Amino acid sequence: MEGLSVVQANLKVYVDPSQSKNLSSAIFRELSALLFKYNDAFHGVLLAYNVHAPENKGRILPGVHPFIAVRLEAKLLVFSPKPDMLLEGKVVKVTEESIHVIVLGFSSAIITDEAIRNEFKYKTKHGQGLYVNRSNRRHVIKAGTMIRFVVKSMNEETLHIYGSLMPANTGSVKILEKFSEHMNTESVTINSTPKKRRSKEKYEVTTQITEHGSIVKDAPSQNHYDREIKKSRRS
Amino acid sequence: MQTSTKALSGAVADIDDLHHEKLLKAIFNLSLWNFGPDVIDALLELIVSLAASNGKHVDSCLDMLVSNFTPPNKVLDMLKQPRGLEKKERVLPRVHAALKNISELVPMAASRLSSIVLEQMPWKSKRNVDQWSMKRQLIYVENMFKLESGAIREFVGANMLKDVMNVLRDLDVAIGWDDILHDDSSKGVFMIELEDENYADGDEDADADGKLPSTLSEKSLSKNLTAELLDSLMVQTFEHLESSVSNKRLSEVFDTLLSSFKDTVLNTYKSKFTQFVMFYACALDPEHCGTEFASELIDMFVGGHNPLTSRMSAVAYLASFLARGKFLPPAFVASYLGRLVDWCWQYCVMHDGDMNPKLHQVFYSGCQAMMYILCFRMRLMVEIPLLKSQLFCMPIDKIFKHKLDPLKVCLPSIVEEFLKQAKAARLFTSSKTFVFEDLLVSNLSRDFGGLERLDMFFPFDPCLLKNADRSFIRPNYVYWKYVRTTYHEDIDDDDEEDGSDGEVEGAAEFDDDMEEVIISRSYGDNDLEMDEFDYAMNKMSITPRNNSSAGLRMPSRIRPSMSPESL
Repeated sequence: MEGLSVVQANLKVYVDPSQSKNLSSAIFRELSALLFKYNDAFHGVLLAYNVHAPENKGRILPGVHPFIAVRLEAKLLVFSPKPDMLLEGKVVKVTEESIHVIVLGFSSAIITDEAIRNEFKYKTKHGQGLYVNRSNRRHVIKAGTMIRFVVKSMNEETLHIYGSLMPANTGSVKILEKFSEHMNTESVTINSTPKKRRSKEKYEVTTQITEHGSIVKDAPSQNHYDREIKKSRRS
Repeated sequence: MQTSTKALSGAVADIDDLHHEKLLKAIFNLSLWNFGPDVIDALLELIVSLAASNGKHVDSCLDMLVSNFTPPNKVLDMLKQPRGLEKKERVLPRVHAALKNISELVPMAASRLSSIVLEQMPWKSKRNVDQWSMKRQLIYVENMFKLESGAIREFVGANMLKDVMNVLRDLDVAIGWDDILHDDSSKGVFMIELEDENYADGDEDADADGKLPSTLSEKSLSKNLTAELLDSLMVQTFEHLESSVSNKRLSEVFDTLLSSFKDTVLNTYKSKFTQFVMFYACALDPEHCGTEFASELIDMFVGGHNPLTSRMSAVAYLASFLARGKFLPPAFVASYLGRLVDWCWQYCVMHDGDMNPKLHQVFYSGCQAMMYILCFRMRLMVEIPLLKSQLFCMPIDKIFKHKLDPLKVCLPSIVEEFLKQAKAARLFTSSKTFVFEDLLVSNLSRDFGGLERLDMFFPFDPCLLKNADRSFIRPNYVYWKYVRTTYHEDIDDDDEEDGSDGEVEGAAEFDDDMEEVIISRSYGDNDLEMDEFDYAMNKMSITPRNNSSAGLRMPSRIRPSMSPESL
């Protein structure tokens, strides 16, 4: 699935002096407050973080409200879907007008009937709505099916994704993968585009977390990227 | 209506929040209480579809559903009648089902729900309570409890409980001491537990002769709408705790309650009744909840990193809990008393200084707690050989003979009662003579109590909320009147009531008027006339009238703090 990336970040966390006795939990609390929210600095939704244990050192910033500034490095798992990316999610509801999907357990997506290709026909079976592929009757999309769809747009504030099942490479993940295997086992020469190589270049984002917990992005120190694109398969 | 609503459900993806603003506003302002079941189902399907189709509608959809927690006034008025009940059964389960559906389709909606529920609370603090707001608040909180125990409790349950506790606390604090206590400063600080005899005759004009009632009174509170609302909400909360027991969820609920208690109630010294939620929860499950509560309090007290006032408050809660909890076995009390005594002794060993109430506040509060517990429980403990030997092995006499001199600093009324009982039990005899002159407080105790007067803080003093106390607290509560002290001689067997299961009995002399009242009978007994009991309690004096050694009054009700108003 696209849209997931692991980012190495240099962070600065401002901790209230009353939390100085237990710095680690104060830092984790600050970072946890950012989870599952869209963040401009990270260009996406923070899903998880791995912080290197900070030294128990921090500079005390004097002022009317003094804070302790702690620098640390963290690996962040960020979800940043963009238009035309392929995402996977679990179908939770199928109606004649739309298919509702949950991506990664937290983000809701909707695919309206206009964005579903004509191959799929809506049917009702045992009181349950489902879409059946006209050319492959086994290709069924119903509640509980894992599907792959293309992103049309995303509302960053509400984490709501608008998707599409128009492209041919979208639909039930199980059927698509079977089809893909089937294609690979046949001796067919396919003109393939070169696979993306995993880049080992580094991308550092120097960010600051302000005293109110919001992230302010500094100018990147280097213009390199280290992206590890992870395929996440929902179980 | 139904047809048009269903048609709209099919076209939600095309509804634009700007162009169709009026349409959306009309939909969100609808009250489900005005419609039949089919229309309600169609409307809710529309609301769920709207929330799922566009993230921008989620908040409005949740707002609309939460606003339907409370019915319109005309339905509110008849909620207790069959018609009103029928409407309630028609609307509320559907509303909660819709909330569940939205959470399934839009997972992040659950995180928004808690704040929306809080925003729409009918009663906010610093507002007056009237009959309408009371009814609305009651049904609203009923819905909050439904959310707490419902399908989406994992996401919103904890917040619902904490918000309810906050409401209880705010109402509690809003009941000023002036509402329930007309203080006559010439009389001493501590008053008897309940009404004085002027009110026993139901004389509403008891103050007609110019003398204001100088005691706390259930009757005074009954005229107070805020108290009435608090009473009803406490009853709702207790009932919710009981249903948690049936659903085997009490420990999960208790964890949240305990966290809320530590954050909001523990340091709210004006809280008079809210803490009884913890008391009742522990009564329902003494083994787990009672242990967890007591352990948390003792850990907070001995934890040197905790703020001073929190530690003193924690030990006051612990003492009051161990003293008043009828459901706590003597061995349980002995074990926590032992930890308290050990800490106090360690403190003595580490501090070789002289008496200084301000410097050693925590120590004196610990000593006072020890004495308070022993005033209530000493007799029970010395009657059990194992506990008696444990008690006698505790370094109690060393603590009280130490240079820090806690007997001089702690509240005189407690010291006096403790010394009397300890002497009778041969536990401890002071070499000094204390002349308290029936004083309840002293300057030294005032010093160690600090601004918040924690020297006089007994948080589980009798609950004055009529319904909460009568049906829930009273059967689990130890009244000082019925405590057998070590210096009381047992009365004849014929006169003694049957006290089974280690219940604390009243062996003290009874007033003549009370002789016919059976006190220690089970409270589930249908024969027990609650009114008779109330009448008897109303006439009760904490000091046994016929007791020649009378004159000792347990500080069962504290004077409100004289410090500046604080939460």
